[in-house]
Amino acid sequence: MSDASPSVNDAILQVEHLSMKFGGLVAIGDLSFQARRGEITALIGPNGAGKTTVFNCITGFYKPSEGMLTLNRRDGSSYLLERLPNHEIPARAKVARTFQNIRLFSGMTLLENLLVAQHNKLMKASGYTILGLFGFSGYRTASAESIDLARHWLEKADLVDRADDPAGDLPYGAQRRLEIARAMCTGPELLCLDEPAAGLNPKESMALNALLMDIKDNTGTSILLIEHDMAVVMQISDHVVVLEYGRKISDGSPHAVRTDPRVIAAYLGVEDEDVETVLIEVGDEDVIEQLDTGPDATHGPGSSSSYFAGPVTDTVGHSEGERVTVSKGASKAGQVDARSGAARPASPAEAKPEKPSAAKSSTAKPAAKAPAKPKTPGDSNRGGGNE
Amino acid sequence: MAVTTSPERDIVATPMQRATREALYAGAIALGLFVLFIGLRTDQNISNELILVQRWWLLAVVVVLTMAGRFLYVAYGQPFLANQKIVDVATGLLPESMATRFFRLPYFIAAIVIVAVLAFLAGSLDGLLGPGLAGYARFLRALAIIYALASVMFYFRTFIHAHFSALGITALALYPIIVVLVLALYGGSVAAGFQGSLKWVDNYGIQILIYVMLAWGLNIVVGLAGLLDLGYVAFYAVGAYAYALLGTQYGLSFWILLPAAGAMAAFWGVLLGFPVLRLRGDYLAIVTLAFGEIIRLVLINWREVTNGSAGITGIPKVTFFGLMTFNVSDPNYIAKVLDIATSSAYYKIFLYYLILGLCLLTAFVTIRLRRMPVGRAWEALREDEIACRSLGINTTTTKLTAFATGAMFGGFAGSFFAARQGFVSPESFIFLESAIILAIVVLGGMGSLVGIAVAAMVMIGGTEVLRELDFLKQVFGPDFTPELYRMLLFGMAMVIVMLWKPRGFVGSREPTAFLKERRAVSGSFTKEGHG
Ligand SMILES: Nc1ncnc2c1ncn2[C@@H]1O[C@H](COP(=O)(O)OP(=O)(O)OP(=O)(O)O)[C@@H](O)[C@H]1O
Ligand SMILES: [Mg+2]
Repeated sequence: MSDASPSVNDAILQVEHLSMKFGGLVAIGDLSFQARRGEITALIGPNGAGKTTVFNCITGFYKPSEGMLTLNRRDGSSYLLERLPNHEIPARAKVARTFQNIRLFSGMTLLENLLVAQHNKLMKASGYTILGLFGFSGYRTASAESIDLARHWLEKADLVDRADDPAGDLPYGAQRRLEIARAMCTGPELLCLDEPAAGLNPKESMALNALLMDIKDNTGTSILLIEHDMAVVMQISDHVVVLEYGRKISDGSPHAVRTDPRVIAAYLGVEDEDVETVLIEVGDEDVIEQLDTGPDATHGPGSSSSYFAGPVTDTVGHSEGERVTVSKGASKAGQVDARSGAARPASPAEAKPEKPSAAKSSTAKPAAKAPAKPKTPGDSNRGGGNE
Repeated sequence: MAVTTSPERDIVATPMQRATREALYAGAIALGLFVLFIGLRTDQNISNELILVQRWWLLAVVVVLTMAGRFLYVAYGQPFLANQKIVDVATGLLPESMATRFFRLPYFIAAIVIVAVLAFLAGSLDGLLGPGLAGYARFLRALAIIYALASVMFYFRTFIHAHFSALGITALALYPIIVVLVLALYGGSVAAGFQGSLKWVDNYGIQILIYVMLAWGLNIVVGLAGLLDLGYVAFYAVGAYAYALLGTQYGLSFWILLPAAGAMAAFWGVLLGFPVLRLRGDYLAIVTLAFGEIIRLVLINWREVTNGSAGITGIPKVTFFGLMTFNVSDPNYIAKVLDIATSSAYYKIFLYYLILGLCLLTAFVTIRLRRMPVGRAWEALREDEIACRSLGINTTTTKLTAFATGAMFGGFAGSFFAARQGFVSPESFIFLESAIILAIVVLGGMGSLVGIAVAAMVMIGGTEVLRELDFLKQVFGPDFTPELYRMLLFGMAMVIVMLWKPRGFVGSREPTAFLKERRAVSGSFTKEGHG
C-alpha cells in the first residue's frame, strides 16, 4: 500500500481534510496539519475538542469519515493510514501510541509487557512459532535481543528495578512511563502520546519531559503529543496545533500559539454577554446543520466497531461525559473572530479558498466576511472519500 | 424475605440469639425454596396416570438440617473463625492453624491401626458385621486411608509444594504399577492384582486424565487467550468420530489417525474461528455453544455416515506401536508375544500410559507456547485487546491460532476416547461435557496447568467415588443411586471453591520471562478476558 509519495518531504505525518462524524456529531471537521520529522508536535485543545479522535483515526481505531492521512517513513515509503488495517499501522507504518486511560497488560510483568510489544519481530524470528517450538537457535538469539531492548527501555523509563512485577502493581506515573516504553519497543517512527502527563506530580512530569526529549534526540522518533499541561507543551514541543470543537483554530510555534487570541478565548472563554451580542450580530446562522446529516452508515466508525464488535465506546476508551453537542455559536474562537469583526484568516495554514467548510463552521463568522463561499451541503464532502 | 437486621441489634444480641434468629431465617428460606422441589413429586401410578407424591417428611428433614447447619455455623463456626485471626495475648502467636490441629500424630496412628485391622478382617467383614455394617466399615477404611495419605502429604507439604510438578508426574507414572502391586499383595496373586487394577486404572486413572487433557486444551482458549468457548466438546467429538469412522471404514491405525484427528479438529477450530472472531464476550459464548450443538445434531442426523444415535461400534483397539496387539485372537497378542498370562488389564494400563503421554505433550506444548511470542500474545489478548492492536498484533490470527491449538488437543483426546471406549455415540458429546470441562478450567484457576489438573482430579475423581458409596443404600433405601447426585455435588463444590478461592485453586500466574527473579503474579492483577 505504499504509494509513491510526490516528494519525500520532512513531514512525517500529513493530515489532510480529516473529518470524523459520529452520527450527527462532528468530532473532527476538516482538519489539516503536518507533523514534521524529528519534532515534537503538540495537539492541544479543550476537553472534547476531538484530540483523542484524531489519534484514533491516525492509529486506525476509527476509519475517518473523510480525509487523507499520509505517513512518510524514513526509508521513503509512504502509507495512507486510513487504508491500512488497524494492526498494520504499528507493524508497517511504524506508528505507536499510548492511551488516555492507560492500557497496560496489567497481569503481565513489566518485562512481558515490553516483550509483547516486540511481537512481530519475534514472530518472524521464531519462524511463526514452528521453528521456535523446536528450540532453533535463531529464535533464542532474537529472544535474548528482545530482552536486551526491553531492559534498555526499562532503564530509560527508570523502571528496571520493578521489571518482574506485574504492571498493574505500578503507581500511576510509572504506568504512564511503562506505556511509553512499551510503545517505543515496537520501534516506531511516529509516537503518539495521549495526555502522558495527566495525573503526574511535578517531579514525575519533569522525568517525563526528560524521557520525551531523550526519545526525540536519541532515537529520531517524531512525537505527536496530546497534552493539557501547558507547562509541558510549551517546554518541549516544537510545534503546536490547537483544536476546538473538532476544528483547527491555531497552528504554529508554541510562542505564537500562546499569544493567539483565538486560543486564549478557546481556553478561557469569552464572557456570556459577548456571546449574546455575537449571536445577534451573526444572525444565528448555523452551518453545522449542513454537516449534520444523521448517522452515516458508510462512513461510520471503522470495522472494529461493527455491530458485533460492540459499541465503539467499548472498543476505544475516550473521556466520557464530554459529549459535545455542537450548539450554535459554541465555538469560543469563532466568537472572537466575530467580535473582532476582522477578516482574520482561520489559521496560517488554511488558505481561504481551500477551506470553505472550515470557514463556514467557525459558526459565528459574520456572514458578510464570507460572501464568496458557496453553502451547498456537498461542499463538506470534498475532503475526498477514504474508502 | 429480606433479612434486615439493624447493626445495633447485632451488637446487643449474643451469638446464641443471633444464631437462633439466623437459623429461623435460613429455615424459612429453605422451606420456601424446597416446598415444591422436595415436598411434592410428580410420579406415575400403575395405570400411567400422573400423580403427586407428597414427601413432607423429607422436606422437614431438609429444613431442619439447614437450620441446624446455619445455627452451628453462626453460633460456633463464625466465632471460631474469628478467633483464628486473634493473636494470643500471652504468647503473641496466632492459634494453631486448623490443619495442624486436624493432622496430628495420634490421629495418624489411629488411622493406620483402623486400616490395618479392617484390612486384616477384610474377608470376614461380612460375616462379622452383616452386610449393612460391613459397608460402613469399608467406608471407614477408605476414610482412614485418605486421612493417612493426607497426613503424610501435610507433613511433607513444603517439600511437595516445592517439587509439585515433578512429584505429580512421578506419582502418575507409578500409579498403575503401585495399584497392581498393592492389589497383588492384597489378593495374593499377580493375576488378581491385574484383575483388580482394572477399575482403578480405567475408571479413575484414564477417566481423570482424559479430562485433564481436555481441560488443558480448553485452557489455551479460555485461560490464556480469554475467549469463552462453550462448545469445546465439538472438537472432542470431531476427534472421536474421525478415528471411529476412518478406523472402522479404512482400517487405518491409531498412530496415523491420532495426528489426523488432531488436524481435523484444528481445521474445524479455524472454520469456527473465522465467523466468530469478530464476536466478543457473551456473543462468542453463545455461538460456540451453538456450534457444539450443531456438531452433535449433525452426528445424530447424518445417519448414512455416523449411524445416528446408535453410534459406531467395533472401533479398532490401539496397537502397541504396531508391534503387538491387545486382541486375544491375534497371533501377535501381547500375552502370546511376551509369554505371560492373558489379562485385559494390559490394554488398560497401556491406554493409561498413552493418555498420560498425551497429557504431558499438551502440557509441554502449552508451557513452550506460553514462552513464545504467540503465547504471550494470547495472554496479552486476554488482558487488553485494544492495546494488542496498538502494538501491531494481528488479533484475528492470534485468536485463530488459540482456537486451532485448543481444538487440536480436543481432537487428540477425542480419538483417544474413541479408541478406549471402542464405541462412540453422540450422547458422549452433550453440552454438559463442555460445561464440566469449562468448570474444571475455572476451578483450577484459569491458565494454571497444575491447578487444572488438581481440579480435574477432585471433580472427576470425586464423582467416580460416589459410585463406591454403596452403603448409602442402607440409609436411603435400595433405589438410592449416589451417582445421580453427582451434578448436585459438582455444583456445590463449585460454589464452595469459588467462595473460598474466587480465582480457582491456583490463582496466580507464572511470568513467562524474567530479568532478575521469577515471581508469580497475583491473580488480582490478571484479567479473565471478555471476548
Ligand atoms: N466512539 C464515539 N462515538 C461517539 N462520539 C464520540 C466517540 N468518540 C469520541 N466521541 C465524541 O467526539 C468528541 C471528541 O472526543 P475526544 O475524545 O476526541 O475529545 P478529546 O479532545 O480527546 O477530549 P479530552 O481532552 O477530554 O480527552 C466528544 O464529543 C466525544 O464525545
Ligand atoms: Mg482525549
